[in-house]
Amino acid sequence: MSDVAVEVEQLARRYGRRWALVDVTFRVPTATVMMVTGRNGAGKSTLFRVLATAIRPDRGRATVGGFDVVHEREDVRKQTALLAHQNYLYESLSARENLDVVADHLRIGRDGIAGVLEQVGLAARANDVISTFSAGMRKRLSFARVLLQEPKIVLLDEPYGALDPPGFDLVDEVIRALKARGATILMTTHQIERSAQLADLTLMLEDGRVVGPAAGRPLSGPLDRGRAARETAAEPAAPQESVC
Amino acid sequence: MLTAALRKELLLQWRSRSQMMAVFVFGAAALLLFSFAIGPNTEALRTFSAGFLWLGLLLSSTLTLAESFHAEMENRALEGLLLLPSNPHALYYGKAIANWLQLAVLGVALVPVMVVLYDAGTTQLLNLLLIIVLGTAGLSAPGTLYAAMTAQLKAKQMILPLLLFPLIVPALLASVKATSFAILGDPMGQATSWIVLLLAFDLIYWSLCGVLFRLVVEE
Repeated sequence: MSDVAVEVEQLARRYGRRWALVDVTFRVPTATVMMVTGRNGAGKSTLFRVLATAIRPDRGRATVGGFDVVHEREDVRKQTALLAHQNYLYESLSARENLDVVADHLRIGRDGIAGVLEQVGLAARANDVISTFSAGMRKRLSFARVLLQEPKIVLLDEPYGALDPPGFDLVDEVIRALKARGATILMTTHQIERSAQLADLTLMLEDGRVVGPAAGRPLSGPLDRGRAARETAAEPAAPQESVC
Repeated sequence: MLTAALRKELLLQWRSRSQMMAVFVFGAAALLLFSFAIGPNTEALRTFSAGFLWLGLLLSSTLTLAESFHAEMENRALEGLLLLPSNPHALYYGKAIANWLQLAVLGVALVPVMVVLYDAGTTQLLNLLLIIVLGTAGLSAPGTLYAAMTAQLKAKQMILPLLLFPLIVPALLASVKATSFAILGDPMGQATSWIVLLLAFDLIYWSLCGVLFRLVVEE
């Protein structure tokens, strides 16, 4: 993989007549963590869905791992994993069976499943049908799904959502482990302070546009991190999100 | 990849097996209602039994097919598989084969009901089995494609039959004719030509729908 893991140029996407992304441009170097912040409806999830090839952009260009998200979708998908708002799980299957499905489709064998379930703290509930799972447990299983894919580029859309405090720590551990393995991680979050400890880069979106910091610019220190947090925490936040 | 898709489909079907029983009861009830429409005319009942069997199967199949994408849409699981990456053709054929098996089992299960209600017994059981297998293949392939197209619609149970029924008329007609010959006798040996016609439509459906599925599920 080249030095740039994700490159986005003048990307735009609309739903009907409303533009969800407008001329978004940024770069993410390989093996870095980028935090994408913004209010609800700012376009964060749409951006991730475009990068994961779930939807196509209307304008502009994006490459993931050097591959175009429109014309080389299969290649993008081979190295990308998306943790989306929808958990991509089958309600009537158990946690293990859900991961079996993923492993079978990836043709990677089922040996790693037990370890991944252990990693996300679901080993004891591996054989339970997930319709009995809480939202937090489903999120953990979604993480297991991502880990099983061993992706080079990881797109985490609200990874802390629905999790309890130990779950937050789990997310942090997973992100550190993925980064140590050389993966590039993009995550949207409202947990600004927490994510700022992990992020090398930050990107703020507002009404589908990049509003700061400068696209792809690294965070230079605590002051910048705090400013990013202040600017982005304008919307009502959960207690643990209250910053500055 | 096809094996993985098929394994997943069969597992999902097994988990929702109670639904299969409900669909069978629906099909059997439809056959019973058809017999009420004809009245106590055993000759007429026997004459039209093949048509009633396939109408019952067709109506039941819309329930089965429409529900076959419910699990895929619940948490956008299908999108999750497509992003893995998976081959959309394998996903389609996995689901279409699983639907085919389910409809074939349903068809076979409705035969005794037909025999009892319409006095439509036959000695050509293997022939009848072959027709049911081929006929349900003709329902399953386009039915799975249209079920994918309508899966996100609120009125999918209504829209699916509207789209599906016109398309499968040739396969349905061939199935009814071939079944009728199996039950009423075939002194002129006409059943074979209907079975060949059915087979031809099956080939067209299974090849075309597999190609079109990617366009349906990929944005």
